[in-house]
Amino acid sequence: MDLATIYEYVIDGNAPQVQAGVQAALTQGVAADVILNQALIAAMNEVGRRFEEGEFFVPEMLVAARAMQAGLSLLKPQLMESGVKAAGTVAIGTVKGDLHDIGKNLVAMMLEGAGFEVQDLGVDVAPEAFVKAAQNGAQVIGMSALLTTTMNNMKSTLQALQEAGLRSQVKVVIGGAPVTDAFAQQIGADAYAPDASSAVRTVRGVLA
Amino acid sequence: METRLSYQDRVVVISPETPFAIIGERINPTRRKKLAETMAQGDYSVVQEDARKQIEAGAQILDVNAGIPGSDEPVLLRGAVQAVLEVAPLPLCFDSANPDALQAALEVYPGKALINSTTAEESMMARVLPLAKQYGAAVIGVITDENGIPATAKARLEVARKLVNRAADFGIPAEDVVIDCLALTVGADHNAGKVTLDSIALVRQELGVNMSLGASNVSFGLPDRKVINVAYLALAIARGLTAAITDPTVPEIQTMLLACDLLMGRDEYAMRWIKAFRKRSKPAPA
Repeated sequence: MDLATIYEYVIDGNAPQVQAGVQAALTQGVAADVILNQALIAAMNEVGRRFEEGEFFVPEMLVAARAMQAGLSLLKPQLMESGVKAAGTVAIGTVKGDLHDIGKNLVAMMLEGAGFEVQDLGVDVAPEAFVKAAQNGAQVIGMSALLTTTMNNMKSTLQALQEAGLRSQVKVVIGGAPVTDAFAQQIGADAYAPDASSAVRTVRGVLA
Repeated sequence: METRLSYQDRVVVISPETPFAIIGERINPTRRKKLAETMAQGDYSVVQEDARKQIEAGAQILDVNAGIPGSDEPVLLRGAVQAVLEVAPLPLCFDSANPDALQAALEVYPGKALINSTTAEESMMARVLPLAKQYGAAVIGVITDENGIPATAKARLEVARKLVNRAADFGIPAEDVVIDCLALTVGADHNAGKVTLDSIALVRQELGVNMSLGASNVSFGLPDRKVINVAYLALAIARGLTAAITDPTVPEIQTMLLACDLLMGRDEYAMRWIKAFRKRSKPAPA
């Protein structure tokens, strides 16, 4: 199966066909990182573009990400074997007191789709848990908050990173409905990302 | 069961027998730049304008939220509440997760307000329920606890029951607890709508308390959101929803809620429906 077909199946969110396509490509001897970059990541870039332009809706993004992950699971053993490095490691979570997970999940999926290694810390994540992730080598900490009442916990996490002496080692990217660029600057985060697709660009940007 | 809210001698009743209670949601600075900017400076003119518009559109209760990051929420919430009452003599719903802000608003409010909200987390209930008792307010109880949002309707009923029981421990009767069964996004999980609708039916049947919903969350990330929101509210009303935090200035919502009242037997001789029709049909002044 050619890579363009896998690419189309990812955009259509057809997980079984993506898996079949990836398997076939591997059998034909196509390198795992070629499949990853030219089919899976390229397709998720296109999904992100369509979402940003209002052409795609949230469920379409979710099924595309699911299809991408189905393909990725087949590639992972080979990628590890051949020592292909992830684009970076990101630990992501919704801050303490906040249970909203949709935006955070979308960002996590889009980052995975862009070749990052993502550690999803879940929702209602205490500052200490973010600190621990930073200690374990995460290069980027992603925080989400959907409530005006919980967004201040982003600041607490930044303080906790500071107190643990880790602030200079990690980049912090934040997002969520009430969050703004001004707020990110005010609390001393490295960047603000307004949606899941631009989050990928933002994370690439802070690591560059 | 009747939840009676008041402001001075004005009383609004939330119950299955009375007109559906619209809690106007517009006074909330989240994602409303102009409102947030003016409020943060202590200028409540946009707040007052929102209050007027929502009453005109049929809101019986107004939700007031003053959560602006980096601002003094107790001061702003109290200020917003006082500003609203200058132009809108009707019951208010204080929307904050900060007990100090809730208290600041409750202190200056002459009547029985609605607190929005407490979860079923012990730490939240221990702070919010005593306030409700002290100031004689009713309280919205959101069915989430230390373990998050329960996945099934049955589990949500148990969390609702816990809220009602804990409120009783603090001396708050069941009629002053309004349960929010949580509208989750169908765009992320296509069963989310049904679980909430099933929960509403179950809570109604087992506990008989009033229920409210912040309905517009259901359609997040999808096209044609208004249609989804309106259908969702209608389905929820049929299952026992008696109030909603929503935007009555959206014509589709306003009209649909009136039609639901008529169809649920809460509009004698269809007088409110007819009156609203005349108002809609009147040609706009030239």
